[in-house]
Order: sequence, then C-alpha cells, then structure tokens
Amino acid sequence: MDDRAASKAAARPNPLFRNLSAKIAALPMIAVALVVFIGCTVWTVYHSFTKSRMLPKSDWVGLDQYERLWATRRWLVSVENLALFGVCMLVLSLTIGFILAALLDQKIRFENTIRTIILYPFAMSFVVTGLVWQWILNPDFGVQEIVRSMGWESFEFNPLYDVNVVIYGVLIAAVWQGSGFIMVVMLAGLRGIDGEIWKASRVDGIPAWKTYVFIIIPMMRPVFVTALVLIASGIIKVYDLVKAQTNGGPGIASEVPAKYVIDMMFNNLNLGQGFAASTMMLVSVAVILIPWAYLEYGKKSDG
Amino acid sequence: MVDISSYPQALDGPVGPKPRRAFSAGNIVLWTTLAVILFYYALPLWIMVVTSLKGMPEIRIGNIFAPPLEVTFEPWHKAAFTACTGLTCEGLSAGFLNSVKILIPSTIASIAVASVSGYAISKWKFRGSEVFFTILIFGAFIPYQVMIYPLVIMLRELGLFGSLTGLVIIHTIFGMPVLTLLFRNYFTSLPDELFKAARVDGAGFWGIFLRVLVPMSLPIFSVALILQITGIWNDFLFGVIFTKPENYPMTVQLNNIVNAVQGVKEYNVNMAATLLTGLVPLIIYFASGKLFVRGIAAGAVKG
Repeated sequence: MDDRAASKAAARPNPLFRNLSAKIAALPMIAVALVVFIGCTVWTVYHSFTKSRMLPKSDWVGLDQYERLWATRRWLVSVENLALFGVCMLVLSLTIGFILAALLDQKIRFENTIRTIILYPFAMSFVVTGLVWQWILNPDFGVQEIVRSMGWESFEFNPLYDVNVVIYGVLIAAVWQGSGFIMVVMLAGLRGIDGEIWKASRVDGIPAWKTYVFIIIPMMRPVFVTALVLIASGIIKVYDLVKAQTNGGPGIASEVPAKYVIDMMFNNLNLGQGFAASTMMLVSVAVILIPWAYLEYGKKSDG
Repeated sequence: MVDISSYPQALDGPVGPKPRRAFSAGNIVLWTTLAVILFYYALPLWIMVVTSLKGMPEIRIGNIFAPPLEVTFEPWHKAAFTACTGLTCEGLSAGFLNSVKILIPSTIASIAVASVSGYAISKWKFRGSEVFFTILIFGAFIPYQVMIYPLVIMLRELGLFGSLTGLVIIHTIFGMPVLTLLFRNYFTSLPDELFKAARVDGAGFWGIFLRVLVPMSLPIFSVALILQITGIWNDFLFGVIFTKPENYPMTVQLNNIVNAVQGVKEYNVNMAATLLTGLVPLIIYFASGKLFVRGIAAGAVKG
C-alpha cells in the first residue's frame, strides 16, 4: 500500500513518506492520543506533587497534597459516598439488568415496546435525571406526601434531606437512568447463547431458574465483566447527577470525588488539591482497568 | 470493549425458554413483575408531563401523579422565555440556541475527524497506527477531571477559552475514542476487494474515502450521528467549564434555573424546563429505534 508518487520519485522511498496521506489524515488522532490522553494526564499527575494553588507551579513538595487531601473531611465523605454508591450501583445494575434481560428473553409479546420504555431514561441527561428525581423525592409533594395522604400519616421517605441516606436518593435516580443500558448489554449476551443449551436442559428436566444460575450465567462471564467495567468507569465519573439533584447537600453529605475535583479547580482555586484528587480518580480507574485489560487482552495476541 | 453490534443475534428473536400457556402461574408472575418495572421506568416521564401542565395552586393541593384538572401551557411559556437563572430572566430559549450552535459544528467536526481516522487505521495501516489507537481507547476510560485543567490552559493560550470554537474542539477530542472505534470496526468489515478495485481505477486515499466508502457507509454515519447528538446535547461538564455564561448550553441553564436560590420555587415551570431540555434526545430516541441501541452498544466504551 505504498504511495505511488513517492515510489516513482525515488528508488527507495523514505519509509516516513510512504502512505503519507493516511498519516496526515491520522494526525488529529495521533495528536489527541499523545497530547491529550498522555500529555495532559502526565501534566496533571506531575502537578499533583507541586504546591500549585491559584496557578500551576512547579515547586516540588512530594506527597504534601495527598496528605492534606486524605486529611480533608469533605474528601473522605466523597470517597465513602462513592464506595457506597458504587457497590450498590454495581449490584443493582447487574441484577436488574440481568433480570430484565431474562424477562425480555421469554418470547413475550410487546418486547420492543417494553424495551423502548426501559431504555428511554438512558437517552436523558444526568441533569434532567437529577432534577426529575429531585421533584419525585420532594418531601412536601412527592412520594412521601402521596403515601401520607393515603392514610399512612407517619410514613417517612425523605432521602434527599436526610444526611444519612441522601446517597441512596441519588442511587435511585442513577439506577433509573443506567440500568436499561445494562439490560441491552445482557440481552445481547443472552441472545448470543446457543439455543441448543435450552433444548438440552429441557430434555433433562432442569428448571429454568437452575439453567440460568448454573449454566447461562457462567457462560455469560465475559458479558458480565464488560458490564462491570462499563458501570464501574461510569460510577467514578458521577458528577452532573449529584450537581443537579442535591448539589452535594445537605451540607456535604452527598459529595463525590468528581465534584470535589471540579470545585477545587474552578471555585476554590486550590489547584494542587484538585490535581491530587483527580490523580486519585485516575488510580481508581487503573485499579479496575488494568486487571480487566490483562484478562481480556493478555491472553490473546491480537488485542 | 464488547461491540454489541457484532452479535448479529442481538436484535433478532429471543432464544430463551419456551413460552408457557397464557394464564399459567409463571405468566402472571412475569407480567406482574414487568408491570412494576415499567411503572418505575415510565413514572418520571409521566410526572414531568403532568406537573408541567398544572398551575401552582393545583400542585400545592393535589398529588403529583394525578393528571391536571385544568391544563395550562403557561409554565411552558415561562420556562422557555421568562424563567430566571439568578442572573437573567430570559428562560431557556437562549440556552436552546446555544446548544444548537454547539451541537451542529461539534457533531460535524467530531464525525468528520473520527471517520477519517477510522478509515486511515483500518485500510491504510502504518507503523504505530495500532499503538495510537490503543492509547485512544484506553484514553476513553481516563476521567475527564484528569485532563480538564491542562486543556483549559491550552485553549487559553490559543485564545479559544470560553468561545464556541473551543467547546467544539473539546467535543471533537472526547468524541474521538468511541467514534474512531465505531468507524474502524465498520470499515474493517468491508471487503478488501472493493478497496483494491478502487485503487486499480486510480483512486487515492481521499478519492476512495469520499467516493466509495462514505456513500456505502450511511448506516454507520447515522449511528454516529445519533450517538453524538444525544451525547453533546446532554453534556453538562464541558459546557460549564469551557464556555462563558452567555454561551452556556441548555443543560447548564436548566440547572441554573431549577436550582436558583432566589425566588419562590415554581415546580411546574421547573418540570416544563426539564422536559424541554430532554425533548431533543427523547425525539431522537423514539424516532431512531434500533439505531440508538446500536449506537450505545458500540459506544459502550464511553462508559
């Protein structure tokens, strides 16, 4: 596939100019890969070890920023929230996603309509999601008030204004928005399974739930792993949803790391803390991604 | 990174266990479960619509599930033209126009750049092209917070910070991993003979792309289009960081209106505004059907 003009000009063309149009066309991609994904990341990680405050500086201070970060109550609350939210979101999304996919796979009528209804929240932005659920969970008009007006006067369901459970209020909205997508992933996995398996298990008289638990789910391991990686990397990025639904409140009860970073960089003018916190986010992504990449691509050579 | 569009079965018929008789115990359980689930997913859209059509007195006395006794479009008008953000009182119309001004060039630029990159690395592989592509794909998992500050500095140095052009560049950069993957996979699946025949006929890099590949790749371009329109429309983070208040996209303005601290809360106006902001992706979603599913499945790496 060498460039014809170049090969005519010289008997042994400079390899750099072979295929030149393709290289020029790929320049934006190369620039993005090198400058943004590698360059900017390295820049931020480097500056997390400096005493940058209002402006980025290069005075090296070692791990000072990290020591301060892990001594900040708001950061600790953010991390704790993310852990709680993350574990619940993973478990709920995978369970709901799988159950929905299994239900839709029962040769039911109106499958397309049902899928359309379950998936539409995924087309909505996090801001819209957060605001709708802020309204539904409103203590004076929403779910709590409805149940009370039906006669159960002492009913308490006010997650958004309760410091202890506010993160679960965010969770309800996040599950609503994202679980349909996991259902689609799972459904693709279920449809990829050989129909012979079902015939064989019917012949042997194995009940459907046993077939799912002991045969289908183990066969779908790669799909579960992919779903897990997708959910996990989404969880770490959670920002807009919290911003719209609770704005981190009440107090700092629903703060998350992604919001901590943005607030430190653009509102508090404390860049060093922002860089250190974002580096911690990067580390947590790496912790999820590296074992997965190793499992997925380490064995195969064609990555 | 499962590209679900590569499972041809995904959108075909179900392969699960055989259906049971219409009124068997199993079927009743199945449909009851589905009804509860559909209620959870459909409820927020219903509540948004009915709340936005009620007057404030009716909201204060009635319940949020009930359809409006007296339909009024006043909240919609107010949300569009006179709602206050704390700074100005011109409603969402300015934000809508900004979003359109951001959406059109960002969508075109990101798809143009990514399709050319995907073409270059699928049909004109050169040394290192796979390396850059791998960096790009892993880059999709890096939290935006890690790269955002150096990008702010770069745009400021270029004099583009706060301008629409700057935001278009940002959307092009971060749309690249998913879109390049999408186009690369599609172009790779096209037969090489086609490509060789065009070479024999004397077409070069751009000739083959524009005259042969683009005309036969319209389905994948529409998938990319759906993915980008919903993604860019729903963006909040880049909008709030890379633009000035007069250029804020609709999502940011919506959040400013609904979460404004001053004034009496007008829930009907808030819900009308929320619905207005969600309308564009909703229309795209309901109109595009299975293309949307293909888009998000291929865009799964976005996480």
